[in-house]
Amino acid sequence: MSNSFRTTNSTGLINKDKKINFTFNGTIYHGYEGDTLASALIANGVHLVGRSFKYHRPRGFLGVGVEEPNAMVQLHDGNKSEPNIIATEVELVEGLKAKSQNCWPSVQFDIGEINNVLNRFFPAGFYYKTFMWPKSFWMKIYEPFIRKAAGMGKAPLLPDPDRYEHNYEHCDVLVVGSGPSGLASALAAAKNGARVILAEDKPNFGGSLLTDEVTIGNMSGKEWASDTISQLKSMPNVILKKRSQVFGYYDHNMTVMIERVSDHIENPSKYTPRQRLHYIRAGEVIVSTGSIERPISFGNNDRPGIVLASAAKEYMKVYETLVGKKPIIFTNNDTAYSTALEFIKNDIEPIIVDTRDSSNGELVKEVQQKGISIKFNSGIADTKGHLKINSAIIGKLDSSKESFISEETVECDCICMSGGWTPTVHLSSQAGNKLKFNDDIDAFVPDKKRQKETAIGAANGSFTLNQSLAEGFQVGFDLSNKFTDQNNPTNSPNSNEPSYEKHEKLWCMPLPSGKKPKRFIDFQNDVAVSDVELAIREGFRSIEHVKRYTTLGMAGDQGKTSNLNGLQYVSKIEKKIVPEVGHTTFRPPYTPVTIGAIVGREVGNHYLPTRKSPIHTWHEENNAVFVAAGLWQRPRYYPRGSEDMNSAVNREAANVRKNVGICDVTTLGKIDIKGPDAPEFLNRVYTNAWLKLPVGKARYGVMLREDGMVFDDGTTSRLSENHFHMTTTTAQAANVLSHLEYYLQVVWPDLDVNVLSTTEQWSGIAVAGPKSRDLLSKLFPDVDMSNEGLPFMGLVDSSIDGIKARIYRISFSGELAYEVNVESNYGLYIWKKIMEEGQSFDIQPYGTEALSTLRIEMGHVAGAELDGRTIPFDVGLNSMVSQKKDFIGKRSLSKDAFTESDRQTIVGLVPLDKKTKIPEGSHIIEDNSAVAPIPKLGHVSSSCWSVEYNNPFSIAIIKDGKNKIGKNLYAVSPLKDISIPVEVVSSHYVDPEGTRVRS
Amino acid sequence: MLEIKCPYCGKRSQNEFSYGGDATIKRPQLGDEISTEDWDNFVYYRDNPRGKHSELWHHVSGCRQWFKVSRDTATHEIFDTCKMNEDFNV
Repeated sequence: MSNSFRTTNSTGLINKDKKINFTFNGTIYHGYEGDTLASALIANGVHLVGRSFKYHRPRGFLGVGVEEPNAMVQLHDGNKSEPNIIATEVELVEGLKAKSQNCWPSVQFDIGEINNVLNRFFPAGFYYKTFMWPKSFWMKIYEPFIRKAAGMGKAPLLPDPDRYEHNYEHCDVLVVGSGPSGLASALAAAKNGARVILAEDKPNFGGSLLTDEVTIGNMSGKEWASDTISQLKSMPNVILKKRSQVFGYYDHNMTVMIERVSDHIENPSKYTPRQRLHYIRAGEVIVSTGSIERPISFGNNDRPGIVLASAAKEYMKVYETLVGKKPIIFTNNDTAYSTALEFIKNDIEPIIVDTRDSSNGELVKEVQQKGISIKFNSGIADTKGHLKINSAIIGKLDSSKESFISEETVECDCICMSGGWTPTVHLSSQAGNKLKFNDDIDAFVPDKKRQKETAIGAANGSFTLNQSLAEGFQVGFDLSNKFTDQNNPTNSPNSNEPSYEKHEKLWCMPLPSGKKPKRFIDFQNDVAVSDVELAIREGFRSIEHVKRYTTLGMAGDQGKTSNLNGLQYVSKIEKKIVPEVGHTTFRPPYTPVTIGAIVGREVGNHYLPTRKSPIHTWHEENNAVFVAAGLWQRPRYYPRGSEDMNSAVNREAANVRKNVGICDVTTLGKIDIKGPDAPEFLNRVYTNAWLKLPVGKARYGVMLREDGMVFDDGTTSRLSENHFHMTTTTAQAANVLSHLEYYLQVVWPDLDVNVLSTTEQWSGIAVAGPKSRDLLSKLFPDVDMSNEGLPFMGLVDSSIDGIKARIYRISFSGELAYEVNVESNYGLYIWKKIMEEGQSFDIQPYGTEALSTLRIEMGHVAGAELDGRTIPFDVGLNSMVSQKKDFIGKRSLSKDAFTESDRQTIVGLVPLDKKTKIPEGSHIIEDNSAVAPIPKLGHVSSSCWSVEYNNPFSIAIIKDGKNKIGKNLYAVSPLKDISIPVEVVSSHYVDPEGTRVRS
Repeated sequence: MLEIKCPYCGKRSQNEFSYGGDATIKRPQLGDEISTEDWDNFVYYRDNPRGKHSELWHHVSGCRQWFKVSRDTATHEIFDTCKMNEDFNV
């Protein structure tokens, strides 16, 4: 039966000369180039695709494009596996593998179908009602069970191997949808000189022109579409994008479009992205997204083989595929008759069931002229056939159309239904357009726009070709003229299409006599008419509540085929007109989007930029283990041989205390500050005094936020009268610059000061330890490195090998130390030079861990203490706070809470056993036998192994810390079940007098 | 994503900017005596209007200038932008 459901004509868009093999549920089939997975399966007679969400009912295809609610498959396997893919949107490609979802053991025989038999136990709101009690059951029993049973496909567990790209575009006019109105507007706008992007979701441009028997000018609709596309293609101001879905409309006319770049290509190159996400900032957006056919609710209207009439037509006309050979057409309007005519063209006589009393539409007459009789005033009451429809029960409607007078069973292999058309208003609504209800078409259309967005054609409720074209040409010209002023309108050609009579306002059939089959409204979420009735019976009135209670329209298809039918039904029960019921909100994305596409290239190492110091290669060559410090990669430690981290860190730190160490401090933030008011500015920014800092001297400074919390600290030096060099912590460098700019530009614009980041212009090398003076004296023989020549907090300019260097005598380690700064490009050279000369002084490089150890021992604060919750007092920096001048945040420091006598402050902690390391983050408590809740005195901010005393040492910030020195407390970590008795000591654990830095 | 007209650089996407809060807040003069209540109002309290709002934005990934934006907090419509020493036209 291979491809036995193909038509014999070849007027479609598939290439029967090129066979494509694919696998569905393990069986190999073939289709042709141009097929979708859906059309190829249907051509092979396969309609059973998957099982429904709640009742596990057999489901097939309802639609032919994005509207499809049922036919979701799991695509590919392994790391390329993708769940919930709509088969109607998948282009066939050699070797494609797809399988059914939500069924076990197979789609033909699915255990879960028991839910269908038990359906009266699964009404709307089932979960809300059933799993309330006992409360303790929820996490352990109900939730895991529901999780296992729910969901459709399976998310892949392996990393996505595909490449995705992002692209930013700007245009004057973005046209979404390439049906007649879209093509017309794109042509008019482009001819008028505007920069145009035309986006089409499908692989072929043309929209309804590909399936409708119409003429435009002297061409068929299809010819006119292809002629228009060739014109647009030849214009340099036009970008044409097919396989591209504009799925989101955001603020300020930012739209987002997903382009399927290589999903349809058999062996795409490694560098071809699978999909591309386009951010398009458009001057004007034309929404020509067309309309979607509505289903009709009737008994068992969800069996495989029951499709939308327009889908059946497109399968025939575009994919040369028959959805069935014994069709029933079931409609409340004229358009379905074009599907009937297409069947007749393929020598198949459909049975036509029309809810209306009569119709004099041209298509209806044409069908009648072919000798087909039409069952007017009739409807389908029920259907039969377990895995595929095999018969329908057709009923004669009574005059009220509320019940059937008589019923007859008719054999069939498909039903093509049409409940009229719903304009696709999603994008307009996303853009903030307030929709209005149009009585003529019984649907919502865009009305009051909030953004630069204009709906035209069927999306605007203009269902005739003439109207669509006229709107397209007019709007395309008007909008483009805002940008070009070329005043070059394009006239709309004459067009011809059949006339249509009005549809009937009937979307839900009565129940057959004596039975209560499910009449589905929302196929994807298994919401039936009875669920809506129940919700209203139980008191849910707002459409938003009905939606959430029944889950109507909440599935991945966003209710494309179900929203309006649901609304119509609510309005019927409530006896309100639809506009009073209102509509639910449309939100992006219009169609599901692969997470990979949203992430784009920002994965792995590309997630964030990586910053490396100019000395990075040396660190790599010397076995450094790196750690991320913000965006920077910094050496954490340099293990030797089989050393673990602890021994390496202890060795590096001890060597600084004993000999001399070298550390790459390039990452510190550096800001150049110039201007006559620079001293005054620093005086306002820092808590301490700056006006009298001599040229050639550095000073430690602390800056606060206005709320009094310490913001950052660092050393700033005065290079000349009006020129300063500020350093910040690595972490806060960017924030400090913004902070300074804020005060200079917003608060004190009268200050004549300029600030500029010079972080990347300087390479900084710390040389620390008792032997650092001797080493630097050898390197810079012309500099007097003595305490008199270069005292603590002094600086001097010199050079090595003609390379200018600035030497600061500053220390973070608490040892005699210097920091050599050179132009970035020479950083590596100077580093190597210092290493080379340092060999005779037993120099060793040290990383951030040893750097921490050294500063913790000394009680120097860093990010862990300056965590945005501490004022200067808390971290032992009160002496830095000037009482004589005002500065940023000063007023906050005199607030009551900040001046309490038992205010938290920084202390040191040593475990009583001198062995147990205290985890950072541990709580400090007084009595570890107390009953919870135990009052917390504070927390451990930093911990290290003291290389000076050879025991653990920590810094903590605790309540009334000053008066706790000498006391024994407990450091507890409930998560790790640890309780460590500790002694409180001064945070200045090593060299509290500070003699070494000044030695 | 908003499109914001930097008064120095022209129209740019929001991801080049960072938000800086209410533009009408005036920092008390340095050295002024100020009550705790007034100080708290300056540090912590901000109006959260629905509708027109004057606010600061910083062109961090551009010219690094702070400037003023008049924006509707509900619709995100931007009525005008101007330099710090200018006033809005609308």
